[in-house]
Amino acid sequence: MKKYLGPLSKDNPILVQTLGVCSALAVTAQLKPAVVMALSVTVVCACSNFIISLMRNTIPPRIRIIVQLLVVSFFVILVDLLLQSYLYDVSKMLSVFVGLIITNCIIMGRLEAFALSHKPFPSFMDGVMNGLGYGLVLAVVAFFRELLGSGTLWNHQVVPDSWYAAGYLNNGLMILPPMALILIGVIIWAK
Amino acid sequence: MSEKPHRFNALLDAMDTFLRTPATVTDGRCHVRDAVDMKRIMITVMIALVPALVFGWWNVGYQHSLSVGGQTALWSCLWYGFLKWLPLVIVTYVSGLGVEVLFAQIRKEEVAEGFFVTGFLIPMIMPPDVPLWIVAVATIFAVIFGKEVFGGTGYNFLNPALLARAFVFFAYPSVISGDKVWISGADAVTGATPLALVMNGHPEALPSTWELFLGTIPGCIGETCKIAILIGAAILLFTQVADWRIMFSVFVGGYATAVVCQLTGLCPVAAHDQLLMGGFMFGAVFMATDPVTAAHTRDGKYIYGLLIGILAILIRTLNKGYPEGMMLAILLMNIFAPLIDWCVVQNHIKRRRGTCDL
Repeated sequence: MKKYLGPLSKDNPILVQTLGVCSALAVTAQLKPAVVMALSVTVVCACSNFIISLMRNTIPPRIRIIVQLLVVSFFVILVDLLLQSYLYDVSKMLSVFVGLIITNCIIMGRLEAFALSHKPFPSFMDGVMNGLGYGLVLAVVAFFRELLGSGTLWNHQVVPDSWYAAGYLNNGLMILPPMALILIGVIIWAK
Repeated sequence: MSEKPHRFNALLDAMDTFLRTPATVTDGRCHVRDAVDMKRIMITVMIALVPALVFGWWNVGYQHSLSVGGQTALWSCLWYGFLKWLPLVIVTYVSGLGVEVLFAQIRKEEVAEGFFVTGFLIPMIMPPDVPLWIVAVATIFAVIFGKEVFGGTGYNFLNPALLARAFVFFAYPSVISGDKVWISGADAVTGATPLALVMNGHPEALPSTWELFLGTIPGCIGETCKIAILIGAAILLFTQVADWRIMFSVFVGGYATAVVCQLTGLCPVAAHDQLLMGGFMFGAVFMATDPVTAAHTRDGKYIYGLLIGILAILIRTLNKGYPEGMMLAILLMNIFAPLIDWCVVQNHIKRRRGTCDL
């Protein structure tokens, strides 16, 4: 079990490999879409790792990227349709970024680096853990951005009205993507 | 020094050498000693800022009295403005120096003097009624992310004072834009900054050129009086603390762009009024010339200054949302200064290579 835990800390996809940063900047203004995004990426990463690993001995090396893209896009479309049917508001918020999971470097990176050379179950676990490592950073960044930028968490107001009456203001910069970059920088710095 | 440094060495050392040079200097022959060290430079900048500051005190009180209809006696205005400014400056220094001492302590370095001017500048470019906790947050943000993460004084590539203002501008826009923020105690009234009004299609709101020059208009504490800023500029240029190339080219770039904007009808304001409006002159004299964040090569300084002037006027004219273009222009060019230097040096090398056979 321990060998799968790397992506959560010392081999974190965002903090160490600096992959998937653009979606981390785009979807972390609020906690809810960030968590949904993280789960979507985890599902896509784990499932496509599993499938590719099953097929790893039959894929001709020269067209492996196309095969990988096909598998990934299958799961991305699946996730996208699921979100649209069951979590429509979040799906609207995430807009193109669900579809863009296919370009997320973490997924292609894990397929190339892990699934092509490992058995299905370890590949599946690797996908889950990388997705969670990505999700962990997203959740932390989104927590601070939503708390300081909107005064809410998971769309519930947590900063009491008495603070606003006393002159407290939400930090508008937290809503803007640059602050997400700075927060990720701070996490890397503090780590 | 053979004894073991004290645990709070950074703090004690800062107290000990506060505004003066310690008596322990290096001996030996290989050092060039100069009376002008960093502290002397910082003090010169602060002296140059004093005229603008004193006028700013008076103007804060004067604008307040005008808006509530009180008396506009000299001393009561000065005193009112001073009392508005004092908490700002205390909060700025406590929060900023706190961060500096903390970092110096962690890194086991001496506290650098860099914050003195920054802490002096920050209250001068804030609205008089800005909430104090926002000043503290902005100062801490600017010192950490503008300076300390890059290595502290001398390694910062952004002007920390401007970064603090930009932070307030983007994070808490309601306290730094709109009509009421520039006049202290103005729930009663009144006018927007002339800059914002003119840019939003009310050219008649512009004060006369003479008022703009004299500075009896609402604005930041430090930026309104152009006479005081010119006195400061003279001090900086005479002592060669600031480089005349930068100041000169900022004005050239700004004036040329303002003339173009006026002639093409983009902006109804006369070109000379553009230079007197808002923070343009204050930025050109005290912010753009910051020796750490400006370009370092001689040709680079001209390019750097010209681009600041051009961009400041362009941002003002073309983007109604950001009437204060000077801040954004200087920060942007701070980022580009190393690139400008690199290009100038490369160009120089290329030219030299062309003239000799290798």
